[in-house]
Amino acid sequence: MPIDLKNLLDAMPELSAQLQELREILLANAVMFGEIPSPTYGEGGRVRFMQDRLIEAGCLNVSTDEVGNAVGIHPGQSSSASHILLVSHLDTPFSNSVDHTVKVHTNDMEGPGILDNSLGLAAIASLPSILEKLGIKLQSNLVLMGSSRSLGRGDIEGIRFFLERNLLPIRAGIVVEGGTLGRLSYSSLGMHRGVVTVNLPHNYDFSRFGATGAIPVLNRIVTQILGIPIPREPATSIILGSLDGGTTYNTVAELAQLRFEIRSEQVGMVGEISDQIDEICDEVGASTGMEITHEQVARRHNGGIAYGHPMVKTARGILESLDIKARPAPTTGELAALIEKEIPGITLGLTKGNRRHQFDEQVEIEPMFTGLAQLIVMLQAIDGGLCDVED
Amino acid sequence: MSKIEDWIEKNTFHHSQFFDQKELLKQKEKTGLTISLCIPTLNEEVTIGKEIVILRSELMERYPLVDEIAVIDSGSTDKTLEVAAAFGADTYFAGDILPEEGHKRGKGENLWKAIHQLKGDIICYVDADIKNIHPRFVYGLVAPLLYREEISYVKAFYDRPLAFSQGIRPSGGGRVTEILVRPLFSLFYPELTGLIQPLSGEYAVRRHVLERLPFPIGYGVETSHILDVYKEWGMEAFGQTDLDQRVHRNQETLSLGKMSFGILQSFLGRMEKMGMEGQLPEMHNILRQFQANDQHYEQVCHEIIEEERRPMIEVEGYRKKMGY
Repeated sequence: MPIDLKNLLDAMPELSAQLQELREILLANAVMFGEIPSPTYGEGGRVRFMQDRLIEAGCLNVSTDEVGNAVGIHPGQSSSASHILLVSHLDTPFSNSVDHTVKVHTNDMEGPGILDNSLGLAAIASLPSILEKLGIKLQSNLVLMGSSRSLGRGDIEGIRFFLERNLLPIRAGIVVEGGTLGRLSYSSLGMHRGVVTVNLPHNYDFSRFGATGAIPVLNRIVTQILGIPIPREPATSIILGSLDGGTTYNTVAELAQLRFEIRSEQVGMVGEISDQIDEICDEVGASTGMEITHEQVARRHNGGIAYGHPMVKTARGILESLDIKARPAPTTGELAALIEKEIPGITLGLTKGNRRHQFDEQVEIEPMFTGLAQLIVMLQAIDGGLCDVED
Repeated sequence: MSKIEDWIEKNTFHHSQFFDQKELLKQKEKTGLTISLCIPTLNEEVTIGKEIVILRSELMERYPLVDEIAVIDSGSTDKTLEVAAAFGADTYFAGDILPEEGHKRGKGENLWKAIHQLKGDIICYVDADIKNIHPRFVYGLVAPLLYREEISYVKAFYDRPLAFSQGIRPSGGGRVTEILVRPLFSLFYPELTGLIQPLSGEYAVRRHVLERLPFPIGYGVETSHILDVYKEWGMEAFGQTDLDQRVHRNQETLSLGKMSFGILQSFLGRMEKMGMEGQLPEMHNILRQFQANDQHYEQVCHEIIEEERRPMIEVEGYRKKMGY
């Protein structure tokens, strides 16, 4: 029987209620992922856990690769099946030494990384068991993936590596994030993540006029970056993320660093601003005698599928029927890698949450089941061909 | 190999031996035994939710190794029971169980009343204050009972970190174990020193043993159980499982003093019942402690002879010198 979106939407309240019955599976996985520290480049513990869960659930080809992704295939019914990729990133900004205990209260859970992205991982790892318990059978194979090296310098290396080498034809991809329910990303922002480093050269002349070490020089660069004209439309921003320099009170700093990110919805804008920052560094370096470098640590290009793409339309329809306001927002996450490979994809959020990237990150329990129902219906719609572009 | 070493070799397990819960479930079905999990509580709202979620999901939903999970509470004034019930545990106030027996406040009371309230052939007790709760805390203790008929009482032991404000540091056994219980066992019941953490709050026991044990309601419950099981069923009835790390609240020294006092009461009471009162048996002078080499545990024996000098005034040479 052909799949009909209306039927799927009508069944959603019932699906959400059934998912509530199975909540321990999701909550327990979220706690267990959350309590495994997983800093970028140190995701090994979560990779093993993800693999264990996928193996136990009867997934095929459960494996990891050189960059530390965890991947398995939940087989579909059709022998000539297409593949739908579901991915969440494995890494968090928290180091191994942080207390990763997750607290479970009646209505919410809290702990470092629980929102971004232990809950997303838990949803993917729980999906085979949940689909089995609900008796939902898809024609397509689901490629379930925890991707490594996503954040910061990781530069979504995990999913890029996978998509570069993967031989499976991927029909569509869904990036699953803990927050926020209603989120709908279908395009990638142009982004440049950079580090400006000011170094005192060995032969630095302290007697030279204005010679005060690395910090004031970096300050001068910061001031000039803030003077770069930024268009309001299309939305563009420069985020000055962190400053670091020197060692103590009374010694001239030999090294200072600025970490920043440029984001823009306008094609080419990020490159233009990055070039201007290069020029600022060159000019300040020449006039101060400092060694100044500007290193790019991550880059995304603008792109994505259209607002009217059947996949986005279906996702909007699902949110609308749940009475949740869709919050379209471009992303710099895993979706960007799908876009680079021209695979239609979206990013969805599962629940409400707060204090992202704080030690007491929090997720609400109740909306998770609506979020999960949204994800399952989206999968059924893709599986049933409702999100394909007609030729 | 000494008798104690032999026992340690045969009856000490590591939870990783039983990680395959599918196999464990098959073994459970083969034995036909049912398993109840009891969590005694008093004001544990911070940790109880997570404990129920993890244990229910892993041990009832994923593999139905456990047949019931019950929280037995001493009269919490916080939301312990509300949170536990919200996540699907059966919850009981100890005072409502066997009301004709009255209600006493103490952990031992909850453990004792659990025998009446719960249905399982095996009851596994797990404390509610475990921050790093994991299903191994249950299957690691229950598994030896499913595989070894002669074992009736399995205790947990840990590489136990104590949480400090600076972070976490590893430690040996609990402080009361090392400075009170181990020296006592070394003196009077050397075989029992084979138990690495006799005071651990997690253990799984067969019903036919539990129902025959008296239960001190306070701190002495673990010590008295060990002595009673040892006297009635011998060392072969014990097993112990390494559950790796357990993160829990650290207790103040004053609380440890109270605990030691309760344990001493139970210990001396048992000695009296065993007819050792007033006529102390020969006291051994070997103190037995432990060191772990990977998953192999060996006893380190220290001969400690507390020699004693008489008062100087009784010494002839001294008396002479002083002109007494």
